[in-house]
Amino acid sequence: MAFGPFLLLATLEGLLQAAVLTLTALGLSLVFGVMRVVNVAHGEFYMLGAVFAWWVASMFGMHPAVGFFVALIVSPIIVGAIAFASERLILKRLNYDPESTIVATIGMLYIIQQTTLLTYGPDARPVPAPFYYRIQLPWFGYSGYNLFVIVAAIVMLVAVWFVLSRTRLGLIMRATQFDRETAQAFGIPIERVYAFVFAAGAMLAAIAAVLIVPIRQAHYLMGLDPLLLSFIVVILGGLGSLRGTVVAALLIGLSDGIISVFFSPTLAKMISTLLVALVLVFKPEGLFGAKAR
Amino acid sequence: MTASRTMRVIALHVAVLAALFLVQFVLPDYHYLAMTRVMVLAIYAMGYNMLFGYTGLLSLGHAMFFAAGLYGAGMTAYYTDLGVPLAFLIGICCGALLSLIIGLVALRTTGVAFMIVTMMFGQVAYLTITYFTDYTRGEEGLTMPASARNFDFLGLHVDLTNAVLRYNLALALLAITLFVILILVRGPMGRVLIAIRENEPRTLMLGFDTFRTKLGALVVSGTISAMAGAAYGLLFAYIGASFASIQYSIEALLFTLLGGAGTVLGPLLGSILMFYMIDIASEYTAAYLLVTGVALVLLVLFFPKGILGTIRERWLPWLP
Amino acid sequence: MSDKTTDKTKEPKSSITRRSTLLGMGAATGAGIISSVSPGFVRYAQAQTSEPIKLGFECHRTGIGASYGRWYERVANAAVKIINDEGGINGRPVQLIVEDDGTDPKRGAEVVEKFATQHKVDAVFGTLFSHVVVGAAPRAGELKMPYLVVSEGTHVSSGSLNRYCFQPGITDVRSQVTSMAPWITKNLGKKVTMIFPDYAFGYDHRDNLPPAIKAQGGQVVEMIAVPPTETSFTRYLPRIPTDTDVLYHIMVGPAVLTFVTELGQFYGSQRPAIFGFIDSVEAVNLATPQLGFLDGTYFWEGMPRYAQKDQSQWDKLYRAAVGVDDNGASKADPKDISTYAHMYGVWETLFTIKQAMQSAGYAGPKDKAKFIEALEAIEKFDEGRDHPQGDKIFNGKNHQAYGHQNISKVNGARMDVVHRTSIEDGMYEVKADYTKMSL
Repeated sequence: MAFGPFLLLATLEGLLQAAVLTLTALGLSLVFGVMRVVNVAHGEFYMLGAVFAWWVASMFGMHPAVGFFVALIVSPIIVGAIAFASERLILKRLNYDPESTIVATIGMLYIIQQTTLLTYGPDARPVPAPFYYRIQLPWFGYSGYNLFVIVAAIVMLVAVWFVLSRTRLGLIMRATQFDRETAQAFGIPIERVYAFVFAAGAMLAAIAAVLIVPIRQAHYLMGLDPLLLSFIVVILGGLGSLRGTVVAALLIGLSDGIISVFFSPTLAKMISTLLVALVLVFKPEGLFGAKAR
Repeated sequence: MTASRTMRVIALHVAVLAALFLVQFVLPDYHYLAMTRVMVLAIYAMGYNMLFGYTGLLSLGHAMFFAAGLYGAGMTAYYTDLGVPLAFLIGICCGALLSLIIGLVALRTTGVAFMIVTMMFGQVAYLTITYFTDYTRGEEGLTMPASARNFDFLGLHVDLTNAVLRYNLALALLAITLFVILILVRGPMGRVLIAIRENEPRTLMLGFDTFRTKLGALVVSGTISAMAGAAYGLLFAYIGASFASIQYSIEALLFTLLGGAGTVLGPLLGSILMFYMIDIASEYTAAYLLVTGVALVLLVLFFPKGILGTIRERWLPWLP
Repeated sequence: MSDKTTDKTKEPKSSITRRSTLLGMGAATGAGIISSVSPGFVRYAQAQTSEPIKLGFECHRTGIGASYGRWYERVANAAVKIINDEGGINGRPVQLIVEDDGTDPKRGAEVVEKFATQHKVDAVFGTLFSHVVVGAAPRAGELKMPYLVVSEGTHVSSGSLNRYCFQPGITDVRSQVTSMAPWITKNLGKKVTMIFPDYAFGYDHRDNLPPAIKAQGGQVVEMIAVPPTETSFTRYLPRIPTDTDVLYHIMVGPAVLTFVTELGQFYGSQRPAIFGFIDSVEAVNLATPQLGFLDGTYFWEGMPRYAQKDQSQWDKLYRAAVGVDDNGASKADPKDISTYAHMYGVWETLFTIKQAMQSAGYAGPKDKAKFIEALEAIEKFDEGRDHPQGDKIFNGKNHQAYGHQNISKVNGARMDVVHRTSIEDGMYEVKADYTKMSL
């Protein structure tokens, strides 16, 4: 294939990757930004989103689109509820100590993953796309649904931006992020904000998963990859920064698609992971917001 | 530190080792083989504890050191005819070198950043193994050749297929590790490490070069972990990329947390308990890793000091 | 599951032998020898004429091999039921003991140890994924535990494992590829591009297809290796050269449906000829709308998933016994597609175990050497109920079976066999000889 079309395809794939990644990483970033904790179980909320999407879609036998759009609402709500409960039951009791939280969320990772294995089973199961439309370009074909995912992610992003910057809810969250003690002094119920933010972060991951699951299948081990990628994006973009996350997700998504044109994808992943680790070492303040405690 | 206390500590550790030696005469076959594995994994966890328990640095990438030993030793034994003892040494050196390099970079960070940086380096190590799959055969891994199972060393014939020999080799390595760690943590270095764990700025202010001490701890920790890896590959005749995956880093953390971080015997106890918990759970359910998750959450919520840590706090303050 | 009482009565005895070996440490004494000279062990063996023969099934219940594992388990249960209904092996019932290895090589090795020393099984069988086989095989050899895999990999046949490892139920990739290359170059084209997983199983294809194609005057123009953990494939597809005549694909793991779907979106109807290993769609429903493009493409199948017009009575019988309908789906749940092309290997392996144990007069673990030699003495399998996939030649030196391969064409969401290779098509010069190794 000639280079031009090759690049076009890599770009389309990169945009798709970036779209899903932005939503997932945004959830992680939001949680870190406001609560100052790293949620290692984030990838499992993504996986749960996909699994519940399968569950909902398989209950609505009529048209795939019905099942899909119901799942797009129901699945994030269930995932959010689970996240909310685990925040109340576990993270709150740890008093959001950063290191204990990492250990606890690793535990949650296994609990969620293995419970899914017990109930949903070890198979990869497909969810039908709401519509199936193949766009034939002169050099190759591309799925219309993939483009829909990109658009849907952009819509979601705008919505998140609106909530964060134009609503009272966003103001409260920003205030908590900026200075926990002062916010509390002004009567902001910090704990409720934390629980809400944790649930919202998980819901963003779940939405990303519902969007992608008609392209990839729902599988109990699907959470690890998005987790590592989200870490990379969040570190590169600067935690808690919406714009940074979007830019970094675009960068990682596109470069992943384009670099693997020239190098082996394993090598590409190796190099990008190494670079990000070095960024974190040599520019920790800049990338971790104010300062990691 | 009183002399009687020292005697008590030495007596306790000798007793534990003696018990491990004696128990081999009554262990049923399966548990005999299992305990051999567990002791090697316990060495790995003890190496981990050196950094996490005594220095307070939580690494999420320790599997890379285990893998450095595993591959350093295993690839040498597989591709060269330098012999198993030399391969074992090379494995340990690989781990020492890797931990020195990683330490020089990663120790510039602390806390959460250190966790994530080590996790990423661990991931790079895993990807490196799969990238050079022509030599490592990636996930599939390599099986040690017959020449690495039966060989002559200093006039003695060594047969690594012999379960009795393997058990006692593992025990000997465990004993060496135990005493090295005991000497280190009870010596001046150990006190500085604990001072760093409790309050790094103050230790720095008191005139200690904390970076160098931490680097020392990381190298010791990585080297011990690599020794466990080298022993694992050579004793059980198989090396594979899955040993470098993040799951093995988490296992070391889990063993240490369960037994008690910052106690010398904690990782050993944690390894034994965790191995059997998973082994027993796997007879009832396919989701046996659920045990890992539940254990982590319960520990961090209710027993952050682990079993021996709690015992030390309540009853045995002299426990090292 | 474990036999606690026998464990207990054994303890003091085996500890004596262990102490004596400890004293003479340095002498080459394997764990197997320890137990076989133990008085406790002999008594156990003699007392067990009506005790069951225990077969350990190392199963991929979880991890990336789970869809295969579930079906392998069903087939194993069905075969064991038949064996027991017919009076067991040498008058003793067969007891199946299943342990999950999580499709993980370390756990695989532990499971083999558990089978050998806790469950004290007579043989272990059923492992599929190559990396688990390679991880567990050395322990099986050293514990002197017969280890019969159903993997297709060339690890057994190439001689890289040990005398205790066998693959009597399914042909290895090298032979499969050698036998089908002539048909591919003759009917589909001479310029071949390969897409394969970047790990052991894929290498069996990478290493063996190009020479086989070259021998037919063809050429492999591009080899695209995909990391086994990959979840999206579109970006690999532009590397397929435009002058490719045949696209040869093989993919395993949970992402197989994504792979074939993305291939379809990429090509639509203007595509080269496509030849795949059924592994790319094993356990996947061909009636999935996105798979329409597969119409007219070809697949290798060990055993045809869809009942053929000339279906043999053995296929009929086997299909019914394992609970699979004429479309290769579970009778209980038509959405649950079987791994039909591979799983017959479990069935045939179990009946091979029975055959060899009978000809060896196997009475207990002390006869393991006789059992191994009986397996090695087998020269062929006749088509029949015990070998429903077809007749096979068995090479006792490299412990590998060689059978017929099917090439099937996709026709409107079903597959029909268009060519069946002869056994001779797949023969190659065997260099390995396990019989030279000691028992």
